[in-house]
Amino acid sequence: MLGTVTIATTEKRRMKHTMSTVYRWLLTLVLFAAPLANAQLVVEITRGQANAIPIAVVPFGWEGAGTAPFDVAQIIAGDLARSGRFAPLERRDMIDRPTAGSQIKFQDWRYLKSDYIAVGKLVPGGGDQHAVEYELFNVLNGQRLAGQRVPSSTAGLRATAHRVADQIFEQLTGIPGAFSTRIAFISMDGTPPQQRYKLIVADADGENQQIIADSAEPMMSPIWSPDGQSLAYVSFESRTAAIYVQALRSGERTRVSARAGINGAPAWSPDGTMLALTLSRKDGDLDVYTLSLATQVLTRMTFDAGIDTEPVWSLDGKKLYFTSDRSGNPQIYEVEVDNSSKLRRITFEGSYNARPRLSPDGKQLAVVHLDNGNYRIAIVDLGSRAVRVLSQGKQDESPSFAPNGATLIYATQDRGRGVLATVSIDGRVTQRLAARSGDVREPVWSPFPAR
Amino acid sequence: MRMTQLILVLASAIALAGCPKRPTTVPEGAGASVGNQGAATAGAGGGSVQTGEQLTAEQAALRELERLGMIIYFDYDRAEIKPEYVSVVAAHARFLNGNASRKVRLEGHADERGSREYNIGLGERRAQAVRRALLLQGVTEAQITTVSYGEERPAAAGNDEAAYSRNRRVQIGYGQ
Repeated sequence: MLGTVTIATTEKRRMKHTMSTVYRWLLTLVLFAAPLANAQLVVEITRGQANAIPIAVVPFGWEGAGTAPFDVAQIIAGDLARSGRFAPLERRDMIDRPTAGSQIKFQDWRYLKSDYIAVGKLVPGGGDQHAVEYELFNVLNGQRLAGQRVPSSTAGLRATAHRVADQIFEQLTGIPGAFSTRIAFISMDGTPPQQRYKLIVADADGENQQIIADSAEPMMSPIWSPDGQSLAYVSFESRTAAIYVQALRSGERTRVSARAGINGAPAWSPDGTMLALTLSRKDGDLDVYTLSLATQVLTRMTFDAGIDTEPVWSLDGKKLYFTSDRSGNPQIYEVEVDNSSKLRRITFEGSYNARPRLSPDGKQLAVVHLDNGNYRIAIVDLGSRAVRVLSQGKQDESPSFAPNGATLIYATQDRGRGVLATVSIDGRVTQRLAARSGDVREPVWSPFPAR
Repeated sequence: MRMTQLILVLASAIALAGCPKRPTTVPEGAGASVGNQGAATAGAGGGSVQTGEQLTAEQAALRELERLGMIIYFDYDRAEIKPEYVSVVAAHARFLNGNASRKVRLEGHADERGSREYNIGLGERRAQAVRRALLLQGVTEAQITTVSYGEERPAAAGNDEAAYSRNRRVQIGYGQ
């Protein structure tokens, strides 16, 4: 069921000392040619880091017969390149192909100006089983920084390569890699009133796309369960909004809220037992509630006559951050889950702050912020309340943090089409993920996979 | 202008008259071969136009409402019914008052600017504005259902005020 993967590399020469764009790397991921032809994601680094770290990821050796079943090094180098923090050496510039530390002539790699080198091999272990062995070295002093042997099935080699990339990234940056994670998003094809909506899950690099749900009626607001095994989302399939929880592996689906009026903005509590959500009564007053998934006990959290929606939990599960227009325009507030009378306004800067998402360390909120007439992604520091605009579009929305906190993914527009974009938390590295046709939007980054 | 509105209304009516809307859900890893059931919601023709037959008084009244307008448009970030639509809403109220068994569905919509769930709130507010106006003119609660699609079901594609102004709306629909 694997689709063909073509990687078109249009790499302009790296200009190491310029302040602007370092290089562009275009990965065209052709996935699931037949059913997902329209949803192919094209991943493009739109701005890299000027001081990206040069690293050589040497093609891995294969100790079996015939050709290697998978190009592990290509996945690792691709992950590191897309992070924007690394500049992998091109293969055609490699004058040697060591597959173990003992074979590395460090002098050569110093000459090629690589700061680090990763080498390895794929060792057949009988039948479908292999072992991926890799080692990471500092080229300047020859020091061995990491090395591991990872067992893997043939089908699991892509995931294993992402895991190796995670380890190399963490070793060299101090930040856990998020290459083994996934994203969910909504795609929409067709023109009004004949649209087709799909909920799609893909690897963080856009590969392995799977349609999770497909409908002629809108779907929106997908969110991952804390264990990464399920998605909650809103579907209008019954011509009114309802919230569903769908287990990814089995496809089993449960309707968890279909009350009169709006059922929207689901948000999982950190322990996975509750959903925060938005309901409107018959008179249309949107308020935030919590819902116990086991007991169906519903607890009202907000009592204002305005729009209260888009809840998100604090890390300890004791507070909810949400959007409210009780002051006349949308701003972020927090409320204590055990005492809804304890309410505090969080944002004061600007006339529009909405759709908060909490950073993995719990110290910042990503929000949609109106910035001189443009809707942009901004970071609100919960300590200092300082607001920092991160994105540069006109119509940016739906921010979601990578589980390592290093990157945000969000929805933006490119020549009128909905595309996804990522930006590093320092604003220096950006990339764009666009479908070949139609709109993609509402990206949500999965938690780290269970180990 | 009226004509395009009418076409839009008819087109969406046709779309909404389609087959079951339950989405196809797919277990992860079970392949992505997704069937097409429910994909083509537009049937062959609307099927509701009865040429050559005598229109009932009710059908004639519905025709007149369609001529007057089935869509109420709103200003940016506003949910007040503008003066030019007061008479349209009043006509719908008169129809519902005279046909107590008829139910009306009010679909609130927003333009695409800002966050999606907040826009669900704006669409709801517009649907509620029309609902309240109908209630004040004697329509009963049981006759009205509301739904907000926010920015999820635009009437017009595009990223300019021309499209936005056609998307900030409440669509008035009468079921069977």
